[in-house]
Amino acid sequence: MGMTDLLAFQNRRQFLQHTACGLGGIALSALTRSSMSADRSSPLTPRASHFKPRAKNVIFIFMSGAPSQYDLFLPKPAMHRLHRQPVPESFLHDLDDALIKGSAQVFASPRTFSKHGECGMDFSDYVPHLAKCADELCMVRSMHTDVSNHHPAQLMMNCGVPLFGHPSMGSWVTYGLGSEADDLPGYVVLLSNSGEGVDGGSSLWNNGFLPSEYRGVNFRSTGDPILHLTSPPGVNAHTQRLRLDAIRTLNELRFQDTGNSEIESRIAAYELAYRMQSAAPDLVNLSDETARTRSMYGLDDDKTQSFGANCLLARRMVERGVRFVQLYHSTWDDHSNLNTKLKTNCDMTDLPAAGLIQDLKQRGLLDETLVIWGGEFGRTPMNEVRRGNAFGKEGRDHHPFAFTMLLAGGGIKGGQVVGDTDELGYHPTKDPIHVHDLQATILHCLGMDHEQLTFRHQGRDFRLTDVGGNVVAKLLA
Amino acid sequence: MGAMHQNWNFIATILSGMVVFVSQIAICAEPSHWSYLPVVRPTVPFVDDGVSVNPIDRFVAKRLEQGYSQLSQDADRATLVRRVTLDLIGLPPTPAEVRSFVEDTSPDAYERLVDRLLGSPHYGEHWARPWLDLCHYADTDGYLTDQTRPVAWRYRAWLVDALNDGMPFDQFTIEQLAGDLLPEATIQQKLATGLLRQTLSNREGGADPVEFRVKQVIDRTSMVGEIWMGLTVGCAQCHDHKYDDISQQEFYELYAFLDAADEINIDAPLPDEREAYEAALPEYHRRRKELLAPLASEIEELQSRWEEKILAARDNPGKDWYWDRQWELLGLVWGGGLGEGQLEGWQIALLDPAKRSQLQKDRLLDYFLPKADTIDAARAKELKLSELNAELQKLHATLPKVTRAPTMMQTQTPRTTFVHLAGDFRDRGDEVSPGTLDVLPEINSTCLDRLALARWLVSEEHPLTARVAVNRMWQQFFGQGIVATVGDFGVRGTRPTDPELLDWLAGEFIRSGWNVKAMQRLIVTSATYRQATLKPLRLSAEQIRDAVLSTSGLWDSRVGGPSVRPPQPASVSQESYGNTWEVSEGGDRYRRGLYTWVQRTSPFAMHITFDAPNPNHICTRRDRSNTPLQALTLLNDPVIHEAAGALAQRVQREVNSDDEQRVTHAFRLCLARDPKPPELVVLCELLQRLRKDSELSKIDAASAPLASNVVGDPTWTILCSVLFNLHEFVTRN
Repeated sequence: MGMTDLLAFQNRRQFLQHTACGLGGIALSALTRSSMSADRSSPLTPRASHFKPRAKNVIFIFMSGAPSQYDLFLPKPAMHRLHRQPVPESFLHDLDDALIKGSAQVFASPRTFSKHGECGMDFSDYVPHLAKCADELCMVRSMHTDVSNHHPAQLMMNCGVPLFGHPSMGSWVTYGLGSEADDLPGYVVLLSNSGEGVDGGSSLWNNGFLPSEYRGVNFRSTGDPILHLTSPPGVNAHTQRLRLDAIRTLNELRFQDTGNSEIESRIAAYELAYRMQSAAPDLVNLSDETARTRSMYGLDDDKTQSFGANCLLARRMVERGVRFVQLYHSTWDDHSNLNTKLKTNCDMTDLPAAGLIQDLKQRGLLDETLVIWGGEFGRTPMNEVRRGNAFGKEGRDHHPFAFTMLLAGGGIKGGQVVGDTDELGYHPTKDPIHVHDLQATILHCLGMDHEQLTFRHQGRDFRLTDVGGNVVAKLLA
Repeated sequence: MGAMHQNWNFIATILSGMVVFVSQIAICAEPSHWSYLPVVRPTVPFVDDGVSVNPIDRFVAKRLEQGYSQLSQDADRATLVRRVTLDLIGLPPTPAEVRSFVEDTSPDAYERLVDRLLGSPHYGEHWARPWLDLCHYADTDGYLTDQTRPVAWRYRAWLVDALNDGMPFDQFTIEQLAGDLLPEATIQQKLATGLLRQTLSNREGGADPVEFRVKQVIDRTSMVGEIWMGLTVGCAQCHDHKYDDISQQEFYELYAFLDAADEINIDAPLPDEREAYEAALPEYHRRRKELLAPLASEIEELQSRWEEKILAARDNPGKDWYWDRQWELLGLVWGGGLGEGQLEGWQIALLDPAKRSQLQKDRLLDYFLPKADTIDAARAKELKLSELNAELQKLHATLPKVTRAPTMMQTQTPRTTFVHLAGDFRDRGDEVSPGTLDVLPEINSTCLDRLALARWLVSEEHPLTARVAVNRMWQQFFGQGIVATVGDFGVRGTRPTDPELLDWLAGEFIRSGWNVKAMQRLIVTSATYRQATLKPLRLSAEQIRDAVLSTSGLWDSRVGGPSVRPPQPASVSQESYGNTWEVSEGGDRYRRGLYTWVQRTSPFAMHITFDAPNPNHICTRRDRSNTPLQALTLLNDPVIHEAAGALAQRVQREVNSDDEQRVTHAFRLCLARDPKPPELVVLCELLQRLRKDSELSKIDAASAPLASNVVGDPTWTILCSVLFNLHEFVTRN
């Protein structure tokens, strides 16, 4: 341990104080100090990207449970010809998926499709509002993933690996870029559901092996938007300030005695906590939004209210510089009774999601905000056979080989469909895009090289895209 | 002549160059990385600095001397007693403990303090935590459905006892990896194998049980590699290790030891259960037999048809969807919600009926009976099997309670282990037998089972086990290991900052008979540890909560038992699928953090905020972050505020005099020292200002947080909460 190393993390005052205690003390504390970086007081300070970014922020609308591409975005006329017939052998030869076996029959979508926008993009009658955004949207029909169970696949989409314990995309992005919000967290998660809870839980917005500052902070829709944001009973703003001033003064006295720089970090953390206490209520107070804006997000309709409020909060967050906002809506896991359940979710989310894109655009924020819409995989072209074949109550099973996602905004070329699939939509036939390719492209839009955004853990460098991923130029504006 | 001379010089230059060249070849060809070489006990250097007290100090002082530096003096006694108490039992000392140590002038006062702490029942609770981080203990299955494991705590209880009893580390290793294989294994020894049960179980419909069993075995193999050998062997599951001498073949040889083990829960009666349970068993079995006897042959006939169907489905998947599903279900749902071994049903079904134990027969029958209609609904109805099943369940309910426990057993249906090409278990490479790594000493045993593996790990020749273990202890006390990468002693890991000290400690650990407490005693009694300038460390999540509880007097100090659910915001448990958080009653709200229920998909919020690790992964080193969310928790969490109220009551009760005396008492309780004059001024002024706050004076019992009956005087509650929020409170100096 050389003297320069020591000076790198100890200021002059501390240095002198340590010297007063004897050089041995310095040497030992250096010998045993942790390998933390020199300045951890502000891990969310904005940092330069690898190259010029096309987007500053991300809003990822994660449709947990896997929405059916066949009933929303992917008209397949050939399926009507094969409806209720066994799937042709030619599609099943390489099938080793645990879920898709037995006597499944082709299930043609009962939905009606029509073309929208100048680009003529297909949407079903279940998503009339997203359809209006056709010219902003890039529809990717050739997404594929490696796993077919929900949780591993959700981890794959969010963390790049189908295993617990790896950082999620939002953690990687804030680790790479920091955040421009100085009174709010840099990575926020918002949850809504159609009544069955949220799958996967916080493992999906976990910091994994990255420092805990990069963990997604779950803003809650009921109670405090952030855990323990409200002062305890009887502690008003004045008392809270008295409390904070006393804590600060005592910490400062301790700092004068010890010169421990962690105390300075703690003082800073308490000040940010205090700012968050006033900034977060302002953030979630939607009363300053106009009636027109409220209706764009469906705030005054019970059906759309909860997801709509999350969409509106997402816009308010990116306005305030929050780097990565993720909305989770669950569950789209329609193994049975798909017609009804899919409609429920579409009725809850279609209008607000479209409202968000339009609102971002009218405020000039869409150019700097990348919006992503999609789930962990798709659904099968066949009906679900495990739970019976009651006509009209059909569902679809999990399908990892080809599914559809939507992208819009910063860096993305809207008004285009990318990728194509065979006549049953079983496999991509053109431009297959793996989850890692999507992740590499998202990082690219933010000005980062996915191969350079790494973190050393357990003896090797890890990255969001594991050992794969190619930026997909076709998606870019 | 001159030319000749020059030639000689030339040749000499070439020769010496060659020597250098040859010696460089020797270095390059050196097959072994430092940590693979045997532990050689170095001579303790001589240092005369007047400070060193034991060999650790002499190694450290020698190294410091090279930098023209030396050990600093001991910390003051109040700092020292708080430091060593927090480090050995995880709790802050009481003011009485501080006073008695500060006033004790006998020369061995510190050593006696250390011995008292090492003998405390709370010692094991504190040291269990980093070990549970390593094996990623939790009270649920993980994955989407994340079902409960109500008896997971049996392993934790074993661990706390083993640590408190000072079980030598070799025995500790053998029992956890292979306690079930010891001759005449006791229930306690079997409980130890609960370590290997900390892997995740996927019970989501459609999950392939074979695939997820493979993941469990990989996880167990990684545990052996990382916990005992400090090797990231898991990197070699898909390909040869990129940096270390671990081939993919070797990974699967190590894997083969664990591939031969199955999950099994056992009846492990608690002391107060044993007598009644054992007394009732014979009568229970007699009556069960009696109930089954009239239909024995009919049931056997139906069950064997059922077994035939599910085994046929297993052997020919994809032919018959219905029976595929029945086979899959047997593998997925067996013992779900009870934390039973997930594939026990499969193992029994695969076993020749003649080789099944009575217990195994009973268990499969109990699974089959309510499903008898799947094979022949008419016959099941005719025989009234569902009524019989109800009778059996009624009978079972009369059996006195017996608590079960997760353990491992050697498989009865041996499987062949293959290399998984590119990490895909369906893509079989070469067949492998159990084996260890070529760079390490040979394993000497004719029977290559887990017991042999465990004994090999703790053989004196093993270069890694002792080094890795003492290095982790060092990290625990000093914040960073002698090898900073505690989980990676491979070539990509950092090199030891003091290789001789590491080897001396490792050698001493083995020589002491793997005596963990003796090593810890050696470390904490060293002058190195007692220095005034030891690096401060932020307390762990559990320590912070424990300190708040114990300082306030709310702490329920019972050791052991099932996990508890202290209060936390409801929205936390709502984050995960279908889980509820039934808040514990009474003292269980105030138990040490060690006992807090760990739900894999939404762990206890306060612990996560303070860097408790993800409970699904081996964690060798916790982060110590410093975030605004931590500030919000300590400022506003109703649980912390409740404790501040309790501390306020305690202070008012225990000191019946003026503000200064009371503030001083609260300060001592929280920080184990007297306030300095400026600190006292700040706190007394705060009291004065708070008393002018009219809002605060309106607070009464009705606004008590969390319906607790603990409400302190509002002014004093705020003052106490300030103490909980100080950097010094959450830090060990």
